[in-house]
Amino acid sequence: MDFDWLFFTEVTLAALGNSALLALTGLAFVLIYKATRVVNLAIGEMLMIGAYLFFSFTAGMGLPPWGAVILSIIGGALLGAAIERSVIRPMLGEAAISVFMVTIGVGSVLIGLTELIWGAEPTALPDFMGKTPIFIGDAYVSRKVVIGFSVAAAVIALFLLAFRFWRGGVALRATASDQAAAYSCGINVPAVFSLAWMFAGAAAAGGGILVGAVGGIAPTMGVFGLSALVVVIVGGLDSIVGVLIGGILVGLLEAWCGTYLGGEYKMLATFSLLMLVLLVRPYGLFGTVEIERL
Amino acid sequence: MTDTILDVRNIEVVYNNTVQVLRGLSLSVPRGQVVALLGSNGAGKSTTLKAVSNLLELEDGAVTSGAITFDGTPIAGLKPHALVRRGLFHVMEGRRIFEDLTVEENLTAATFALSGRGVAPTKFDTVYEYFPRLFERRTGRAGYLSGGEQQMLAIGRALIAQPKLILLDEPSLGLSPKLVEEIFTIIARINRERGVSMLLVEQNAAVAMAVAHTGYILETGKVVIDGPVEKLMRDEDVREFYLGVAGEGSEKSYRDVKHYKRRKRWLS
Repeated sequence: MDFDWLFFTEVTLAALGNSALLALTGLAFVLIYKATRVVNLAIGEMLMIGAYLFFSFTAGMGLPPWGAVILSIIGGALLGAAIERSVIRPMLGEAAISVFMVTIGVGSVLIGLTELIWGAEPTALPDFMGKTPIFIGDAYVSRKVVIGFSVAAAVIALFLLAFRFWRGGVALRATASDQAAAYSCGINVPAVFSLAWMFAGAAAAGGGILVGAVGGIAPTMGVFGLSALVVVIVGGLDSIVGVLIGGILVGLLEAWCGTYLGGEYKMLATFSLLMLVLLVRPYGLFGTVEIERL
Repeated sequence: MTDTILDVRNIEVVYNNTVQVLRGLSLSVPRGQVVALLGSNGAGKSTTLKAVSNLLELEDGAVTSGAITFDGTPIAGLKPHALVRRGLFHVMEGRRIFEDLTVEENLTAATFALSGRGVAPTKFDTVYEYFPRLFERRTGRAGYLSGGEQQMLAIGRALIAQPKLILLDEPSLGLSPKLVEEIFTIIARINRERGVSMLLVEQNAAVAMAVAHTGYILETGKVVIDGPVEKLMRDEDVREFYLGVAGEGSEKSYRDVKHYKRRKRWLS
C-alpha cells in the first residue's frame, strides 16, 4: 500500500492549527504560573468565557467581528484581574495545593455562570473568518486553521520578545523568582500579579474565540484546558518556548494517532508522551531546573 | 540634634501574634553615617531591618507599638515598594538575587525603584565601576555567580536605586575573610563617595566597627549599649563578648573559655 503523502500533509497542517491553539492556551497558563506560582486549573473555563463573550457581542448585540474580538479580549483580561483580586490574592502565602483547589472551584463557578446566562446547549459561533479554503501546494487547509495558527504564533512570539526585552517582563520574572526580593527592588508585586492574570485572561479569551470558531462553543469546552495542561507540563511549567514546542508535539501526536491508529489512541498517546517526558525531564522539556549551589 | 534620616522609637515587633521579638527598641541613623547593629543570633537584628523596610508583613510579623520615621515621614502603612521608591533600600540577608535572571536583568529589576521619582536612570556603569567583576559576568545567569559576586550584585542593585539609606543585612554571610574585607572596603567607599547613610547588621563585629561611625548592641530585642564606635571599642564587655579580645589582653583558648563566668554588666 502506498503512503498517501498528500493526506498526511493535510492532517499535519490541520494538526498544526490545533497545536497553535493548545500553545496559546498553554501560554495563558504559563503566564500565571511564572508570575505567581499558581497552577490555575480554571484556564479552560476562562477560555470558554472568552468564547461566550464573543458570541454575545456578535450574535447577541450584532457588533462587527473585529470589535467583538477586542471587547472579548478586554473582557477576558478583566475577568482575569477580578479572579486574581477576589480569590487568589487573599490566598497569598497559603499552601500551593489550597490555591490549586481554589482554582478548580473558580472553574466550576464559571461553568455554572455560563449555563445560567447562556444555557447549556452547544452553539456555533457566527462565521467571521470566511470559508474560502487555502491551498499550500496541493494540500487543502481550512481557513480557520490558518488564521488560528497565525494569530496564536504571533501572540506567542510577542510574549517571548516582551519577556526578554521589556522591563515589565523582567519585573514579572523577578517576582516569580523571589517575591520579597522583588519588593525590595521597588517592584510593585501585587500589581505584577494583577498584570499577569490580566494578560493570561486576555490570551485565554483570544484562544477561546479561535477554539470556538473551529469547534463551536459549549459550557464543556473548558476541557480543552486539560489538553493545554498536558502541553504545559511537557514543555515546562514556566517556559514560553516550552509551551510552543509542547503544543506542536502534542497537537501532532494527537492528530497522527487519531488518524492512523483510531480516535481512542489519542489520549493514550498524549499521556504516554507526558509520562515519558516527566521520566526523563521532571521539570518539563524547557522548564527551569532550580539552580542548586553546593 | 543632628539631621537624622531614620528614627526608630520604642518599637515592639510580634510574629504570628504570639512571639515577641523586639521589646522597645530605639535607634537613629544620622544622615550620611554608617550605623552598625550588632548582636548574637536571634537578638532581633534582621527583624529590626524588616520592620524598617516594611517587609515584616510578608512573614506574618507586625510592629505593635512605637514609631518609625524615615526622612521625616512615618513609614507605617507604606508598602515595601513605595518605601524603596522614597529612597530606602533593603539588601536582604542571604543576598536574595534573582537566580534565573542574568546579572544585567537583576540590575534592570532594581530600576523599578526609580519609578515616579523623576530622576535620571542610573547607569549600570556606576555599579560596574565599584564591582568590575560583575561587568565580566553581566550576561551570565546570576545563580551561577560565586557567593561574593552575588553579594556584590545585591549591593549593586541597591546602587541602581539611588537610595538615601541602605539597610545591609549581614553582607559578610558565608564569605571568606578576604572577600569580606573587599566588600566592606567598597561599602565604606560607597558611603564616603555617595553620601548614602547605612544601617548595617553584622555578626562580624570587628569588620562592622571598622566601617561604622556609631554602633548599637542588641540583646533579646533591646538595645543594651550604644554610642560612637570608638567608645564601644574601649568598652570592656564589648571587647570580650563581641570582639573576642580578653580583658587582660591575653589570647583565650576555646578550651578554657568560661563565657558566662563574668556576667555582662548590662544584664545584671
